[in-house]
Amino acid sequence: MGMTMAQKILASRAGVDSVEPGEIVVCDVDMTVELDISLANHQVMPARVADPEKVAVVMDHTVPAPTIDDAAGHSRAREFVREFGIERFYDVGEHGICHQVILENGLARPGQLLACADSHTIASGVFNCAARGLGPLEIVGIVSTGKAWFRASPTVAFDLTGALPAGVFGKDVFLHIAGAHGSAEGHDVEFGGSGLASMPLDDRATLATMCAEISANFALFPADELIRDFLAGISEEPLTPVESDPDAEYAARHRVDLDALSPHVSRPDFVPGNTLPVADLESGVKIDQAFIGSCANGKLQDIRVAAEILAGRKVAKGVRLIVTPASQRVYLEAVRHGYVGTLTEAGAVVTNSTCGACYGGHMGLVGPGEVCITSSTRNFKGRMGSPDASIYIGSSATVAASAVEGEIVDPRPFLSRGGA
Amino acid sequence: MAAALASIEGRAWVFPEANINTDVLMPSSTFRLSRAEQAAAVLSAVRPGWAEEVGEGDVLVAGRNFGTGSARAVPPLLMDLGIRCIVADSISDLFYRNSINSGLPAVQCAGVCGAVEEGQVLAVDIGAGRVANRDTGAELQGPPTPGLLQEILAAGGLRAQLEAGGHVR
Repeated sequence: MGMTMAQKILASRAGVDSVEPGEIVVCDVDMTVELDISLANHQVMPARVADPEKVAVVMDHTVPAPTIDDAAGHSRAREFVREFGIERFYDVGEHGICHQVILENGLARPGQLLACADSHTIASGVFNCAARGLGPLEIVGIVSTGKAWFRASPTVAFDLTGALPAGVFGKDVFLHIAGAHGSAEGHDVEFGGSGLASMPLDDRATLATMCAEISANFALFPADELIRDFLAGISEEPLTPVESDPDAEYAARHRVDLDALSPHVSRPDFVPGNTLPVADLESGVKIDQAFIGSCANGKLQDIRVAAEILAGRKVAKGVRLIVTPASQRVYLEAVRHGYVGTLTEAGAVVTNSTCGACYGGHMGLVGPGEVCITSSTRNFKGRMGSPDASIYIGSSATVAASAVEGEIVDPRPFLSRGGA
Repeated sequence: MAAALASIEGRAWVFPEANINTDVLMPSSTFRLSRAEQAAAVLSAVRPGWAEEVGEGDVLVAGRNFGTGSARAVPPLLMDLGIRCIVADSISDLFYRNSINSGLPAVQCAGVCGAVEEGQVLAVDIGAGRVANRDTGAELQGPPTPGLLQEILAAGGLRAQLEAGGHVR
């Protein structure tokens, strides 16, 4: 039987010829990413580091430190990287949300295995890398031993055809998939097809990141020209991509016609089976807060489309629009392009790069009874603050347009000046 | 080979809703509180006061895709409350790993949620993946726990294994 991309990576990292769904193998992990909060919260720290070259430490969830405890945790992280000579350390100033930092620095590579103590680690699947979140304790174990066990999973394949229409983004592709096909719990997902070529890296990365919300284990994309060129711009190291075998077995195969897609939203509390086209949402869903950011949608494209929509317009009275670039690098580019000025003039608050508002950790929480539209990752009850708030999810364009109107609207009329 | 794991017998608490997520299990608003306060908040958004009622040796029974969401360390909090085993129609993969690594046995057994009423006593054979309802006599069979994972449970969790190997401090 042929293997999928993720199965091939697990087999190669376990040093075996093949793996089958359900089989457990112990693998060498190519890159392990530690976070500020997992080092800070932890009772235990690694007593050794298997290979400092294969470890990165990213400050993202609590940056800059909002409490004394967090500041103490940051000190602990700095001591850790000093003691073990870890060079890939993204301290405050060079920081960003870990999955964006991984992307920008080429830490996730085709054919490799990456682990991190954050559930959206699946984002790095966009680089043809088997990447997933693991518990903080398990990450400590991998840092120390270099190894972890993985269970090969059955796979759901999505074949993308056509091309992304103007005003429709990777987020909308995901929300459509999550609505039409529901949860992928216990499964890997694989993306392919001719339509992928129409999706820029940022849209693909959004799609990969959001697969955490359908509970997928790994989300693998092919290493096509765009991916290979992007990584070649970071490092000359040869790439070792994997392709799925023609006779690989899939639990399901779904075709996604990109041409037919429109902007989508998820209703509050959960994504799978809970999404619909914005056009089908009842009109007049008033919002109190609009948030653009997170590992999924704090990318330059998100800031750009928000600035395009907000240019010459104002955030509606009574609405707060918060924009969090996903990294210092995105922030700097947004400043250089004038997006930060445009957004600020429109009444948006552009913040430092952090996971803060997305997980209700700090900065930009929502109160009881409030309604939020967000382009971030997750809308669980209580996710962004009060459990009595309602969180809708849409693309950054949908969020920006909704911030102008004061209620959830289709962004396409706002993009008539040439699209995104 | 894995040491044989003892069967676990305990009183059931049933949360039949699908997709009970990590924000409900461990809200981010509790991240900076003490561990006791974090434990007290477990599932409080769906069943206020539950943390006071649950006791030593109890079994948590849940629906489909239990624990979906974040990597945050929820299972130790359930253990602090006295939960000694999770049995669910299905468990989110990341949560399942975290549970085993924390030394909290977890068995996925489709249909179990509909076969148990709250307060009934369950006997769970972790290794075999078998759940018996002592009150009704019903028996359900899920997939057995793989040997490698049984070893982690027998050691008392991943931390104990790492400590024994000198990997952590």
